[in-house]
Amino acid sequence: MKKRILILSMAITILLAFSTPYVFAEPADYHVGCVFAVTGSASWLGEPERNTAEMIAKEINAAGGINGHKLVLHIEDTQGDNTRAVNAVKKLIKKDNVCAIIGPSRSGTSMAVLPVIAESHIPLISCAGAEVIVTPVEERKWVFKVPQKDSDAVKRIYDDMAAKGIKDIAIITGTTGFGAAGRDQLKEIAAEYKINIVADETYGPADTDMTAQLLKIKNAGAKALVNWSIVPAQSIVPQNMQQLKMTIPLYQSHGFGNIKYAEAAGEAGNGIIFPGGRLLAVDTVPEDNPQKKVLVSYKEDYEKNFHEPVSTFGGHAYDSLWILVNALKKVGDDPAKLRDEIENTHFVGTAGVFNFSPTDHCGLNKDAFEMLMVKDGKFVVLKD
Amino acid sequence: MKGKNSAGFFALVISIIAIPFIITNDYYIGVLVFAAFNCLACIGLCLLMGYAGQISIGHGAFVAIGAYTSGILTSKLAWSPWLAMLCGVLIVIVVAFSLGIPALRLKGHYLAMATLGFASIVHIVAVAAVDLTGGPSGIVNIPRLDLFGYVLNSDTQYYYFSWSVVALAVFIAFNLVNSRVGRGLQAIHGSEDAASSLGINITSYKVQIFILSAVFSSISGSLYAYYMNYIDPGPFGVMHSVLLVTMVAVGGLHNIWGALIGAIALSLLPEFLSFLSDYLQVLGIHYQPDYDTLVYGSILLIIMLFLPEGIFDGLASTLRGSKSFYGKLAGRRTGRVQ
Amino acid sequence: MNHTDGTFIDVLQFLILGIQRGSIYAMVAMGFNMIYNATGIINFAQGEFVVLGGLMMVTLTMAFNLSIVFSFILTVLFVIVVGILMERLTINPVKHPTVLRLIIITIAVSIIIKGVAMCFWGKGSHYMRHFSGTAPLEFFGATILPQTLWIFAILFFVVIAYIIFFNYTMTGKCMRACAINRDAARLAGINDRKMVMLSFALSAGIGAIAGIIITPIIQMDYARGAMLGLKGFGAAVLGGLGNSMGAVVAGVLLGVLEALGAGYISSHYMDAIALVILLFVLFIRPSGILGSSEAMRLKEF
Repeated sequence: MKKRILILSMAITILLAFSTPYVFAEPADYHVGCVFAVTGSASWLGEPERNTAEMIAKEINAAGGINGHKLVLHIEDTQGDNTRAVNAVKKLIKKDNVCAIIGPSRSGTSMAVLPVIAESHIPLISCAGAEVIVTPVEERKWVFKVPQKDSDAVKRIYDDMAAKGIKDIAIITGTTGFGAAGRDQLKEIAAEYKINIVADETYGPADTDMTAQLLKIKNAGAKALVNWSIVPAQSIVPQNMQQLKMTIPLYQSHGFGNIKYAEAAGEAGNGIIFPGGRLLAVDTVPEDNPQKKVLVSYKEDYEKNFHEPVSTFGGHAYDSLWILVNALKKVGDDPAKLRDEIENTHFVGTAGVFNFSPTDHCGLNKDAFEMLMVKDGKFVVLKD
Repeated sequence: MKGKNSAGFFALVISIIAIPFIITNDYYIGVLVFAAFNCLACIGLCLLMGYAGQISIGHGAFVAIGAYTSGILTSKLAWSPWLAMLCGVLIVIVVAFSLGIPALRLKGHYLAMATLGFASIVHIVAVAAVDLTGGPSGIVNIPRLDLFGYVLNSDTQYYYFSWSVVALAVFIAFNLVNSRVGRGLQAIHGSEDAASSLGINITSYKVQIFILSAVFSSISGSLYAYYMNYIDPGPFGVMHSVLLVTMVAVGGLHNIWGALIGAIALSLLPEFLSFLSDYLQVLGIHYQPDYDTLVYGSILLIIMLFLPEGIFDGLASTLRGSKSFYGKLAGRRTGRVQ
Repeated sequence: MNHTDGTFIDVLQFLILGIQRGSIYAMVAMGFNMIYNATGIINFAQGEFVVLGGLMMVTLTMAFNLSIVFSFILTVLFVIVVGILMERLTINPVKHPTVLRLIIITIAVSIIIKGVAMCFWGKGSHYMRHFSGTAPLEFFGATILPQTLWIFAILFFVVIAYIIFFNYTMTGKCMRACAINRDAARLAGINDRKMVMLSFALSAGIGAIAGIIITPIIQMDYARGAMLGLKGFGAAVLGGLGNSMGAVVAGVLLGVLEALGAGYISSHYMDAIALVILLFVLFIRPSGILGSSEAMRLKEF
């Protein structure tokens, strides 16, 4: 009897393993891959991105798809982990036969998947901030990105410092892809603004205490501090500063663009200044701004659907998916044609007005930023 | 190798050859390539845990050292992948030797913690030594492996290559087990005092097997780096070392076939679970890849509580039990007394 | 401020940070010792108790808005129940325990707790408000958070409670008797099985307290357990395994060395410092720097 049950259960297991559970999608569907850090330390980036992508796909399919083709999203969670991202991209290309990929969420994961993309000739629109993802453009033929450039973010920060007469600054950066790229830009552009970096500290992705680095910064006599990272550890820096009674102004990168980071920093987060997209301060954008309509409609849709404040990162998914959908509308799902079409796209998105070209795979300039400040747990536009 | 084992080896070779004819999707072949890397590390670990009776929760570190040596030497200094792999093996031998001499004097919990601590240190260095290892960003553009000038480009080619290495490792392991060294090891496992009174140099045996198992792990790491063409500290955390121990323990500590089965089963488990998730969805259960960890832990716990010898030995003894039961029945019928 | 003053204040600041970290290691080490003394087992899930304590506290205070005191008690009770369940379901039923099997069982439990924590709390970091505000206090030029004072006070309280329990209560004395010689204790009529269960309960409780008090400062996520456990084990070994007062001193010492290392060597290798010390102690003097080698000769290494 026992043996029979054993054989039966084994047979069922094998049957389950070899039958395919869902009916094969019709060939007419457009398959698009999404690689986001939905969970893990960068979940405050990936989660709004996934939500946004699903929301848009639903909307498009409800309206009859793209020229009648249904849009099928294959969403993979990288957990913010580079190796998982590489595996996810390989899986999307080999198993799901996607025609294009949007994401990954983080600069490190984006850099990690570049060789796979270059080899398989599938267009990728990254949602990560570092400029090295798309430069030099000759080597990044298949890669685009929608967030603003980190060099532009640095320039906006240095503009603000110059206006306030700050010369001696300290920088503290994460050692992950985004942080490392930001550190390079901060050091390179400093000379242009005659800014002196008196202390250059870093912290690891899992660090929970930056007191040691901040003490060195305090002793170096810096007049302002730039903190460049995208993981929640960035919200510990203001807390440690408060603990050490450091009162110099704190600047953050555009990787601070989710209100949850400000919430995690608590009252220590008050007064943080950072360059951010207009999406975070929609109310203050004048009516005649070309972005206004897009910003208002996305913000309303997102907040109605998910009951949480909109973030920069969800906006990146919005921009990348719509750019791709527009291209799909025009040329269909041939990867090579899609790539050529994206390269000549003009698009008004949440991050700014995009003008892609064969020499610019980012398409935004520094006007895409506003300088924002944290005030009582909210983002407000910093008036000059 | 003799009897059942050579039959098993023959079956292994046949299945290695046959599988790509049945499974044609590159993605699943890729999954099997990863399984091969785990098998390689687990065979080594099984020799150490099952035959020498020493636990190590630090073999992920040797995988990491192999992978990073290969990655750094090939991508930054443009060494040949084979030379880099050899260099990784040499480094691992030195590290395993200097760790093994003091560590293997420790027993049980102490050895477990010491190796776990070692694995953590290696992971921390991989994250923190940004100039050497690339830190969290890792190392890109690691070249592919070539075989006599013939580059292993496709997944199927890499599949055949990596599984041939596994078959070779199985062959070496069985020869070792049946040699004088192997019998000495088993004596150590039985009772160290008795073994040493028979003139077996315990420390030397233990250190040798520790080094050999570390070398298996190192090669598995190098092969991983050449297959992925990218490495970062993510997969080399403490959890990876724990997972290797889990694979060996689930399959069966005291048998190389057990380790192999454990490694294959747990490597394929995430795929199986993601298959299953579509069915569970129908039943109203929303299965997520997040639950994988939980499933691993539960399997390990259940095996340890109810089948402490692992799946392989557990099934084998059940089979033997039923065989002798039927044998007895048959014997009684024919009137013979057993 | 002249230079020497600055150096003094820096060192003082690192000392404060170090003792704060060390207090947690000390409490984890005490947890290790309790179970080790009662069973001879090293519980690889010890760090998981800390994580559970921290995460549960976050939920109760931040999501349910309960008062700190009430959440504190509830959290400790919750983790104690987890500890008891662990002993009843996984340690107690094992009929033929071997060291290898017990190690793997506690590892399996730690994976399961970690998995459950991940499903319930997700993979992100969780932050929690401090017990009494974040305004730092001056202390000879260095600064100290009110939360840090809470940590010192609670460690002190735990140590006192520990001493009273093991020296002046009947149950505590029974547990000590079991630790010294289990067979003799059983002959004297002590229910040693019950003592094992009690040791898991107490150990889980101490772990939970450690997690609760540190979470406001370092935030908490599901994956912290392994590292906290390892460092706590380092403290336990440094202090001589089984010797809880040694563990407290060693834990604080380890924390201070870490903080100084982070300040004067490199903050990136901070986590490695405690582990390197652990390996050295294990290799050179496994009885611990503070333990007595006489008594330790009887134990298995």
